[in-house]
Amino acid sequence: MDKVEALAKVSPLAAGEKKKVLLKEHIIEIVSDAGEGAQKAGQAFGAISAKSGNGIWTVEIIPAEIQPPPRSKVGGSGNRIRIGSFYITNAGDEADLVVAFNEQSLLGRFESDNMKPNAIVLLEDKWRDHADPEIKKMYREGLDELSKTKLRIYEVPMEKECLKIVQNPQRGKNMWALGMLCSIYSRDLEAARNEIRLTFAKKGEKVIAPNIQLLESGYAWAEENLDFKFEIPSAGIKDRQIVLNGNTALALGVVASGMDVCAMYPITPATSASHYLSEIFEHVGGVVHQAEDEIAAAAFAVGASYAGKCAVTITSGPGLSLKTEVLGLASMAEIPLVVVNVQRGGPSTGLPTKVEQGDLLMSLFHTHGDAPKIVMAPATIEDCFYAPITARKIAETFRMPVYILSDANLATGQQPFMKPEFKEEWVAPPFDQSPVPEDMAPYDWDEETGLSSRIIPGQPGGMHTLTGLAHSRESKVAYDPWINQFAMEKRSKKLAAFQKTLQTPKVHGDKKGDLLIIGWGSTLGVIEEAVDAACEKGYSVSSLHLKYLQPMASGIKEILQQFKQVMTVEINYSDSYKDKFFDENNRRYSNLALLLRARYLIDVDCWSNVFGQPIKPHSIIDMIEERLK
Amino acid sequence: MFGINQNCEIALPDTYYTLEEYQSNVPRWCPGCGDNSILTSVQRLCRDEQLAPEKTVFVSGIGCSSRFPHYMGTDGFHGLHGRALPIAEGIKIRRPDLDVFVNMGDGDCCSIGTAHWIHAVRYNMNMVAMLHNNEIYGLTKLQVSPTSPQGLVTNTTPTGSPLKPIKPLSVTLGISNVSFVAQVGEWMPEMMYDIIKAAYHHRGFSFIHIVQRCPHFTPHMFDHLMQPESILMLQHEDGLNSSETMLKTFKNHENHDPSNLNRARELAEKEDLLPVGILYRNENVEVYDDAKRRKRFVTSEMRKNVLENAFNKILIEPVSGGNGHA
Repeated sequence: MDKVEALAKVSPLAAGEKKKVLLKEHIIEIVSDAGEGAQKAGQAFGAISAKSGNGIWTVEIIPAEIQPPPRSKVGGSGNRIRIGSFYITNAGDEADLVVAFNEQSLLGRFESDNMKPNAIVLLEDKWRDHADPEIKKMYREGLDELSKTKLRIYEVPMEKECLKIVQNPQRGKNMWALGMLCSIYSRDLEAARNEIRLTFAKKGEKVIAPNIQLLESGYAWAEENLDFKFEIPSAGIKDRQIVLNGNTALALGVVASGMDVCAMYPITPATSASHYLSEIFEHVGGVVHQAEDEIAAAAFAVGASYAGKCAVTITSGPGLSLKTEVLGLASMAEIPLVVVNVQRGGPSTGLPTKVEQGDLLMSLFHTHGDAPKIVMAPATIEDCFYAPITARKIAETFRMPVYILSDANLATGQQPFMKPEFKEEWVAPPFDQSPVPEDMAPYDWDEETGLSSRIIPGQPGGMHTLTGLAHSRESKVAYDPWINQFAMEKRSKKLAAFQKTLQTPKVHGDKKGDLLIIGWGSTLGVIEEAVDAACEKGYSVSSLHLKYLQPMASGIKEILQQFKQVMTVEINYSDSYKDKFFDENNRRYSNLALLLRARYLIDVDCWSNVFGQPIKPHSIIDMIEERLK
Repeated sequence: MFGINQNCEIALPDTYYTLEEYQSNVPRWCPGCGDNSILTSVQRLCRDEQLAPEKTVFVSGIGCSSRFPHYMGTDGFHGLHGRALPIAEGIKIRRPDLDVFVNMGDGDCCSIGTAHWIHAVRYNMNMVAMLHNNEIYGLTKLQVSPTSPQGLVTNTTPTGSPLKPIKPLSVTLGISNVSFVAQVGEWMPEMMYDIIKAAYHHRGFSFIHIVQRCPHFTPHMFDHLMQPESILMLQHEDGLNSSETMLKTFKNHENHDPSNLNRARELAEKEDLLPVGILYRNENVEVYDDAKRRKRFVTSEMRKNVLENAFNKILIEPVSGGNGHA
């Protein structure tokens, strides 16, 4: 007899056989071949859970190719949904339950340490007796291997059940699986139906009806056949919230900021922000321009900014590399510009769909010469919404490029936050077309702050030629040596002036102790969760999160000085302190650590990696324990 | 505010702008440089069309010719090498009230910014682009250009350029959505003025290839074109109608219909004569900035509604239980 026969057999349950287990949180993954709709099912399940009052964080599992080979370990596509009876801030540790449409996607997740050793697995069983002997063999061998583990595997006749409703079960299995999950996690079936109506609203009743049937079938099957059921109590929601991912939040933030022009070139993982913007921007008079390349996109945005309101260009790391020369120009000619960089793994083409925070130093320093710019990093999905609004204002007030560093983790991660209330002051004022006073120059740098008012085309008496050459107050090409020195000082002073408006970030936890962990960007949630857990274990550890990386607020050095050890946790490359080949003469630090060391002359250490995955809370906890033992 | 609409179309006071108002700094081009003559023609056009200086923007790249905006009394944007076109497109996209002109050299247009050139033709935005083609890199001191003739000895091709040059006219006429292509030599100011004027009045992207002398590095490059018999005057009732004097001086004429793209392409390939005039014109090509033009006045209320609609699709209503999280 095959070993697989020994696995948990699924058979109808007798009444009362099923006990509902109360849980504080669970991590669910649903994985399939690309195009089988696991992502849609995952997102819908996340939304249903959020609407039932659970804290959620969802993140997409994305293969690098559009059509990776089917049934492959690396081609798995899907969603991870972390659900809790408390506010969830990150994707968490390993999965507790995995729905897999084939055993190879499952093996891929298992072998990359993304599943708990005793996780529950719901696996499509159609491969067991597949007509192709190769596939049949692969399935049975895969299952044999997994049967040696502690996983609780249930083989589920997903397609067989779907075939009772639709002709092509490959397109519909996802909603069947959603029904199954709704049963397992005791979700309200009507809420699930509503979510399907919302998901397929554009496609109409013809698509909605069979999908609801599939949902109900999956639900009923799980009710009758699975011997377990969970409930994760609601965390409760006091105010109205919205649930969306970081790229959608960025796009909505652009609309809310009153910016009119977004120039972009398609690049993963930033493009979905522009997709969403393309859908709605026209309703507010905006335009999304897909330029011929990244350089043109930046130049187009600079042109639009020069001629009126601040514009935005949305890209990812490789695109930012290309835009470099234009950003130098924007800094030099003092043209406001918002630059969104949804970071991915680098260098070069790197890991296009994976998370990394590797572009911090690049953002600060990538232009030749000294080109001041402001760099901010949203830490939550909510930050992604407000970042463009704030960035637009700063860019116009300080006449310089403002970078927003998001990343692949925020881009596809979904998290609810309080529904924003639109404010008139978010929006840029109309173009000033009033005459320019005779004594006003294009760069009337304020002696103390370096600030000056912008003159835009159409203002009578304001004619001047803007240039990337060193220039004087009148925007005339500088031939005297002192003009360049003077103008550079003024442009630098703007950063210093902006710095004075920043508030000192708050320490999470005790204000002094053994260890301070510093992070930036999307790692806020995971770092704080790990720090809280370590504190509960009795360790003296706190954390600090920076949202403004250039310039940095005052008071940070004083915070750092209160701790015996200070280190950053980042998703970018650094040489490991454990490797004895590295010493203080050759070790390379992670992005933020290098910045902090340089600015504060404090021995800031770092712990970072480039696995291309969100950091798991327990890996930080392990690291803290190792350091403080 | 001041009764302006969002496209900034405000009525300006009646003023007469003199030629001097379109002049700015004294040009620092070499004596005899063809750029001087282009500048004069353009300033004359601005005066004759009475373009409000604050509503007129000259955008350039980097190179000798790209100093152009500094010498105009209008607004100007002296940008980046090769990037004049995308900057100009960005300027125009939300400012239909501005007249936008682009001045680029052959390095800008045909080398480092080639992609932008191709796509600018395709976008067909309302602007006039002048390619000052002297077939040599001047500002960086005598390097070969993609438009340099085969065999040209320069600092980077000491034994002569091995390759045949790119032909800006042929390339432009080969791009879909092309809508206006003209050619002139800068030593023919009257023709140049007429062509820039026709380009200005064209709806869409007007590309003017200006053959321009560089007296400093290649003083004899265009000697063969200085003879009136080297010029082929393109005349047509829908094109240029030059003066009797001009037609007497330049005796080679062709009655060329600017809507004839095939003939335009043949003319562009001509080696023996320099065709001067409008090679191609088509007013019926989609104009990108018109297509993308703001459809209506947008109020804050409308912006708020768009956001509210978006939020409502992803809304979570309050739910009891737990301690609640905001």
